[in-house]
Amino acid sequence: MQASDRFNINSQLEHLQAKYVGTGHADLNRFEWAVNIQRDSYASYIGHYPMLAYFALAENESIGRERYNFMQKMLLPCGLPPEREDD
Amino acid sequence: MYLYSLTLQRATGMICAINGNFSGGKSQEIVVARGKILDLVRPDDNGKLQTLLSVEIFGAIRSLAQFRLTGAQKDYIVVGSDSGRIVVLEYNKEKNCFDKIHQETFGKSGCRRIVPGQYLAIDPKGRAVMIGACEKQKLVYVLNRDTAARLTISSPLEAHKSHNVTYSICGIDCGFDNPIFASIELDYSEADQDPTGQAANEAQKHLTFYELDLGLNHVSRKWSEQVDNGANMLVTVPGGGDGPSGVLVCAENFVIYKNQGHPEVRAVIPRRTDLPAERGVLVVSAATHKQKSMFFFLLQTEYGDIFKVTLDHENDRVKELKIKYFDTIPVTSSLCVLKSGFLFAASEFGNHALYQFQAIGDDPDVEASSATLMETEEGFQPVYFQPRKLKNLVRIDQVESLMPIMDMKIINLFEEETPQIFSLCGRGPRSSLRILRPGLAISEMAVSQLPGVPSAVWTVKKNVNDEFDAYIVVSFANATLVLSIGETVEEVSDSGFLDTTPSLAVSLIGDDSLMQVHPSGIRHIREDGRINEWRTPGKRTIVKVGSNRLQVVIALSGGELIYFEVDITGQLMEVEKHEMSGDVACLDIAPVPEGRQRSRFLAVGSYDNTIRILSLDPDDCMQILSLQSVSSPPESLLFLEVQASVGGEDGADHPANLFLNAGLQNGVLFRTVVDMVTGQLSDARSRFLGLRAPKLFSIVVRGRRAMLSLSSRPWLGYIHQGHFLLTPLSYETLEYAASFSSDQCAEGVVAVAGDALRVFTIERLGESFNETTIPLRYTPRKFVLQPKRKLLVVIESDQGAFTAEERESAKKMCFEAAGMGGNANTEQMENGGDDEDGNDPLSDEQYGYPKAESEKWVSCIRVLDPRTGETTCLLELQNNEAAFSICTVNFHGKEHGTLLAVGTAKGLQFWPKRSLDAGYIHIYKFKEDGRSLELLHKTQVEGVPLALCQFQGRLLAGIGSVLRLYDLGVKRLLRKCENKLFPNTITSIHTYRDRIYVGDIQESFHYCKYRRDENQLYIFADDTVPRWLAAAQHVDFDTMAGADKFGNIYFVRLPQDVSDEIEEDPTGGKIKWEQGKLNGAPNKVEEIVQFHVGDVVTCVQKASLIPGGGEGIIYGTVMGSLGALLPFTSRDDVDFFSHLEMHMRQEYPPLCGRDHMAYRSSYFPVKDVIDGDLCEQFPTLPMDLQRKIADELDRTPAEIMKKLEEIRNKII
Repeated sequence: MQASDRFNINSQLEHLQAKYVGTGHADLNRFEWAVNIQRDSYASYIGHYPMLAYFALAENESIGRERYNFMQKMLLPCGLPPEREDD
Repeated sequence: MYLYSLTLQRATGMICAINGNFSGGKSQEIVVARGKILDLVRPDDNGKLQTLLSVEIFGAIRSLAQFRLTGAQKDYIVVGSDSGRIVVLEYNKEKNCFDKIHQETFGKSGCRRIVPGQYLAIDPKGRAVMIGACEKQKLVYVLNRDTAARLTISSPLEAHKSHNVTYSICGIDCGFDNPIFASIELDYSEADQDPTGQAANEAQKHLTFYELDLGLNHVSRKWSEQVDNGANMLVTVPGGGDGPSGVLVCAENFVIYKNQGHPEVRAVIPRRTDLPAERGVLVVSAATHKQKSMFFFLLQTEYGDIFKVTLDHENDRVKELKIKYFDTIPVTSSLCVLKSGFLFAASEFGNHALYQFQAIGDDPDVEASSATLMETEEGFQPVYFQPRKLKNLVRIDQVESLMPIMDMKIINLFEEETPQIFSLCGRGPRSSLRILRPGLAISEMAVSQLPGVPSAVWTVKKNVNDEFDAYIVVSFANATLVLSIGETVEEVSDSGFLDTTPSLAVSLIGDDSLMQVHPSGIRHIREDGRINEWRTPGKRTIVKVGSNRLQVVIALSGGELIYFEVDITGQLMEVEKHEMSGDVACLDIAPVPEGRQRSRFLAVGSYDNTIRILSLDPDDCMQILSLQSVSSPPESLLFLEVQASVGGEDGADHPANLFLNAGLQNGVLFRTVVDMVTGQLSDARSRFLGLRAPKLFSIVVRGRRAMLSLSSRPWLGYIHQGHFLLTPLSYETLEYAASFSSDQCAEGVVAVAGDALRVFTIERLGESFNETTIPLRYTPRKFVLQPKRKLLVVIESDQGAFTAEERESAKKMCFEAAGMGGNANTEQMENGGDDEDGNDPLSDEQYGYPKAESEKWVSCIRVLDPRTGETTCLLELQNNEAAFSICTVNFHGKEHGTLLAVGTAKGLQFWPKRSLDAGYIHIYKFKEDGRSLELLHKTQVEGVPLALCQFQGRLLAGIGSVLRLYDLGVKRLLRKCENKLFPNTITSIHTYRDRIYVGDIQESFHYCKYRRDENQLYIFADDTVPRWLAAAQHVDFDTMAGADKFGNIYFVRLPQDVSDEIEEDPTGGKIKWEQGKLNGAPNKVEEIVQFHVGDVVTCVQKASLIPGGGEGIIYGTVMGSLGALLPFTSRDDVDFFSHLEMHMRQEYPPLCGRDHMAYRSSYFPVKDVIDGDLCEQFPTLPMDLQRKIADELDRTPAEIMKKLEEIRNKII
């Protein structure tokens, strides 16, 4: 690592956060963290077809409907965000 | 403990399917993804689907697409998988394999949110491909040709947009303008920031066009417009002169046509009249059919109804969008319309089907159209329709699918030679109990009674160039019967065969004459009818014969061999005599090699437990070339020549080989390689086939020589995709057999058994199981065996369905409304779901149950006799109750004997929060010899009893997070003891001695003990890893096997010293338990085995599939596959296979770019399991690679193949 980069660690982190959705940061709150986890989970369920089929069996829905439901839940996976404390 | 993992039945469900011309030429093929398997399937001339190739790719396939370069004749396959790579494959017809043309890495591996692989879209002109992720990332690759006309792929161009969820992508047909891709996107960034929820309410899906500028080599967002918020799927509309271009947006309840600069054209999707108002209608799969003059779309909804969508257009303006009800078939994951007039339907659950188009729904009356769209204050007015019988499609073939396997038991209930696998499969009205038996299915063509008990049968052609056989010759104890094969099979007397004597052999000799060998001589029937008889010297009789087309060897009683050859004039000439030391047990001559005069080898089996190879060459005639001693006298010999092959339809490269097979009197089949030059025998292997000495016959399977081996059951030895497979046939014991070929049946077998002559063909080569299906009514959950009576008790439940009475009355009403007089068919409707769909106009199997509100449940308990497939008792549960667990229980000191406990839940709901009205445990008494049930009483409990188990004459129940011990009372169950300390929900209970092994839905296993003196249940050990348990099985006192819902199988074991300590401690570790450790039990189990299967394992059982074989773990999965884990018995084998696996990983990385080791360690590092599926790809490697690996292992390729065969034979 070059000397100039060392001052740049924050910008590197920012770069990572921009590139990889879900990369955390020091001020991450509980809600944001949970939202990321949920979205990752839904994406994983959609990607693994056997798991999607497993859910579809449990809910007695078609696999196509189950996939759509999971995609829809990506919008607000944990409900509404909490009120921000203005600082 | 080291385990060898082997898939016994590859996944039978399908994820997606595409069609095209992958082999070039005219034929239409289908490429099917079955999770981790890629198959190439082709409908043959008879409309039967044939699997040409099946490859395990060790990764999860998520999407498939096909494209064709302009002017090319052949389609390429693009695979989107979890490898973080885009892979382009080409089917290689000569070698019968997929060639990887390109593999480009773009991201991390795994099914991640922003790593592309979930969606694929192709420019219709084959100039570019887009690969997308669920969120943000989309990459475009430009496809082109280089100067040598090879396919090239560019570096990726990004079309990313952060905070955007992608629902679907597709290519736009815009002729030869710049390629455009469309996507449905939803931006969530504002909704995440707004606590009032206003932004979330206003979040709007957009249809966005991305244009690839081929000149600038750049992708830009060209156009974006709001689209219906229910949008979920895009379908390309033909353009560039064939149509108006643009896309069909399938949304909940609507189909919308959209294009840039074109107003949207919307039509509602018709609803079934019985659909609850709360439910929408969603399109789940689509197919396009395009001809020169017209095109249409077939869209299938989540209820199975297919709608034909057509567009009325004038140049680029779409005037009307019409939706017409087409037909109803079970819900599919993919539909493929083939140019040859077939529709391939890859079902979500249950069997797949191939349909033929009878019509294309051309009538002008349409259900819904954009022109008749009515908008009211409450939104658009819905349109209704009534499903009807198939009108445009007719089903011509089915592909069996076990998906999903819900529960499985391996028991030898029918007392056959091998145990049967009873599996609960399917969902809703398409559920079934399938009885699987290892072996190939056969289809019987004819059975005819003969006047006596025949001893042997042959078929014979009249001329060597004939395609079909001319005669069937049957030998009896004192006569021979000749049947001629024509339109019918009838007895003839003018064939020239001697019918007053038994026969020993009948065959074609020379080019066109026939030979009959009988005990006192050889009868040679020339083509012109002349007959030559050769008589045995003195009073000696012929006992054994071996012959091919040009050579005959007979053995006389006493052990003399006489050798004949056919000379140039077609005359049979005696050449040589040879005296053996004793009587000859059996003889065989190898077939004449292509272009030779004679075969060089004669094999002679003697009663002194030896097999000798004799030379038939003129210069060393009747010299013994080699000698092999065997464990028991040989009964039958057969040379089987394996032709040299370089791939092709049957798979792998292998050099020409000659095998000598011997059936020994102790029931063993002995197989050895014969050196083609020296006649030396090497590489011997033996396998026990059955209780009778195997008789060996040569037959033809798929144009190649194969071996039929008749022991106490028949076996077929043949080559399939480079493997020599020896598989039992599911058929009764046969005495004698011959290959059979006629006009009606090209490749059959004629056999005798008892006093009947049987003709049959062998089906579905390469399958390892054949199945018997018993239909069920609802999704089966679990089943138990009623051991004394050999009956099965199955519980079935479905959410969101009407009860049988409600369904029946609804149907009656609907038939009356349709004026059909419903009384004829309502009766068969509900007789336990076993109605055939043939005469029933609206079979539930085809149409599905009508949907009810999601809080309604239906459920039943069924007692089934698996022998007859008859349901002896069927109890429908009332009041919205659904059964979830079942066990048989013998309460101690009670008079009832074996009772049945069923755990049910009333009014169970998962959404918005899991809730229920009440849980119950029903206790039933078996009546009428166990054939029916009577409710004794039911006990209300506070949660869903998901696990029940008998324990020390009492009943253990897992109710939510409580483990409770019940005793039987008169009016209800009586609580005896409980433990509330389980973390979430108990899903499984196993017991052994005084230990109880409890499986938690989220937190793996807990080992418990019950102390009778203090009446206390306590947990003494638990697991350190949170495992979402989907299946559990008790292995031994300290060990449990489990499978989690992410597709891993693992074993945990309590360390020996801890186990001993607990057993020796007078308090049973109770004091320690009271202290606890890390918020859990004081002791921790250790993970000893870990393996990623790549499919949700739903049932695990400890069993052995072959008689006398070692026990292993057999599992079934959601995708309908069966696998086995067999423990190794020697350290040498472990070393050998782990090295083989290592070399295979290095030399032959998986097809779709996933690293094998990383795949098997997807969630946890793989531990002590060797992947047999990878090892078994060894024979498909090129010869030089095989040799290279074999050299590294200090063995020959043949030895490696023998090892693989041996270990497979230990499992199945």
